[in-house]
Amino acid sequence: MPLAPPITDVEQLKSHPALRRLVEWNSSIVQEVKFDRDELTIWIAKESIRDASAILRDSPDCPFNYLADLTCVDWYPSEPRFEVVYHLLSIPTKERVRLKVRLDGSSPAIESVTSVWPSANFYEREVFDLFGVRFTGHPNLKRIMMPDDWEGHPLRKDYPVEGYR
Amino acid sequence: MMQFPPAIAESGRETISGDRTLVLNMGPQHPSTHGVLRLVLEIDGETIVGLKPEVGYLHTGIEKTCEAKFYQQVVPLTDRIDYLCPMTNNLAYCLAVEKLLGLEIPPRAQWMRVLMNELTRINSHLVWLGTHAMDLGAMTVFLYCFREREDILRFFEMVSGQRMMTSYFRIGGLALEPPLGFFEKVKKFADRFPGNVDEYEGLLTGNPIFMMRTKGVARLSAEDAIAFGACGPTLRGSGIDIDLRRDAPYTGYENFKFKVPVRTEGDVFARYLCRVEELRESIGIVQQALAGMPEGPIKADAPKVVLPDREKMKTQMEALIYHFKIITEGFTVPAGEVYQAIESPRGEMGYYIVSDGTAKPYRVHMRGPSYANLQTLGKMCEGQLIADVVAAIGSIDVVLGDIDR
Repeated sequence: MPLAPPITDVEQLKSHPALRRLVEWNSSIVQEVKFDRDELTIWIAKESIRDASAILRDSPDCPFNYLADLTCVDWYPSEPRFEVVYHLLSIPTKERVRLKVRLDGSSPAIESVTSVWPSANFYEREVFDLFGVRFTGHPNLKRIMMPDDWEGHPLRKDYPVEGYR
Repeated sequence: MMQFPPAIAESGRETISGDRTLVLNMGPQHPSTHGVLRLVLEIDGETIVGLKPEVGYLHTGIEKTCEAKFYQQVVPLTDRIDYLCPMTNNLAYCLAVEKLLGLEIPPRAQWMRVLMNELTRINSHLVWLGTHAMDLGAMTVFLYCFREREDILRFFEMVSGQRMMTSYFRIGGLALEPPLGFFEKVKKFADRFPGNVDEYEGLLTGNPIFMMRTKGVARLSAEDAIAFGACGPTLRGSGIDIDLRRDAPYTGYENFKFKVPVRTEGDVFARYLCRVEELRESIGIVQQALAGMPEGPIKADAPKVVLPDREKMKTQMEALIYHFKIITEGFTVPAGEVYQAIESPRGEMGYYIVSDGTAKPYRVHMRGPSYANLQTLGKMCEGQLIADVVAAIGSIDVVLGDIDR
């Protein structure tokens, strides 16, 4: 089956419950959308991620009450360098949506969503550990995989695969 | 509003009765933590006041390694993540790359994938059942479970040449056609296995000691299970009816009939019952897969992605060129990203792959079900006894390779 070209028009994608809910709430926070390979991605303005998450979680017809995954992608050397990626699942309707937030390379920081989904705790620590993205308002932002005195953030693209020698 | 479990005090604190709490280290070398898991417990007498998992002892940086490999070279790495269910990892990764490529998989390969996946699920659940029962003092179950597990490992060896690190699935299909006599042997096993499950249940389900250790222990409410990100049998044991095989079918699961066991009690016993019931459902799926196994090719018709057959390579020039090119420079994958979630024995296993249009993945992220389930442990164990922590760890079925990656 050949790949269909991605759809990036907000109007065309409004039937998806997550996008509809966000646009109804505040359309200015939706920076960009993409529907590609049957998956919807919404880029959210950095300062609204916590509020947007809460809005999606409490949506009456399709509550995205489950944070399936939270991770990050490093687009070094282009700017904005980091993209924090949230994969949400609605357990009652089984809908999925991916939220993305772009962050600058110099001291990347974003508001934590642990107050919306407590399960974000470990994931945010992992992203902090391996990418060096700070989550403000996180209850226990410490390294989780690497030793506490480790230097550098291994999953950044400017960190060599063999480590520093 | 959801509350976090209380933070652990560094060196104990005053309790209501005027005593001090004690901070106790459990693991990483503890026989019942199923690997190198370390738990920091804060206890008041025998009662758990706080529990904090410390992970990372098995961190191997697989996600970083993947970025330096060709797409097809990542498959053997995925075996090592959740080493109790290698085929599930292979499948999740292959499905994700196939989705990126837009590749169609022939029916025989799909059915074989379902068959092998359900055998993997049984294999993984047998290890869980054996070790969980042994943690709680029932030695016999362990021996029985490993007897049947050995049969399944022999099946894995038949198809892939390996007992544990199978790497049997390839992007675009399977590595090899199963050998002669394979299906008959699996059929014989599938006919006998429900009797074996009765045997395990006879030792545990009605056993008063086992029930005392598990019933009402380490309760997790449905709200907490969702909020703290539980998945798989841990979530279903708390009354949430979700199974990705049924709700978001992949690799042809829509052709199979099976029930999704759900219990509402949310305790260790409920999770035990869910998994034992899943053993029976899985063997039902194996029977269906054996009965309806279609004939045909086991690899997709995509010469630029799938390695050609040995026979073709010796006779056809193009096949040899494609083989050389795939091995030496890999195959390019159109730019984009996918998140492919499948139902592993432990819950939602997701592979998030970002492609930048080259032959190596730009980013591979594994969403490990054990990592998600481990977060619920603190909530589960609050107010429980130290001995119950062992039961709770067993009931969420953690695999440390899956947590640390």
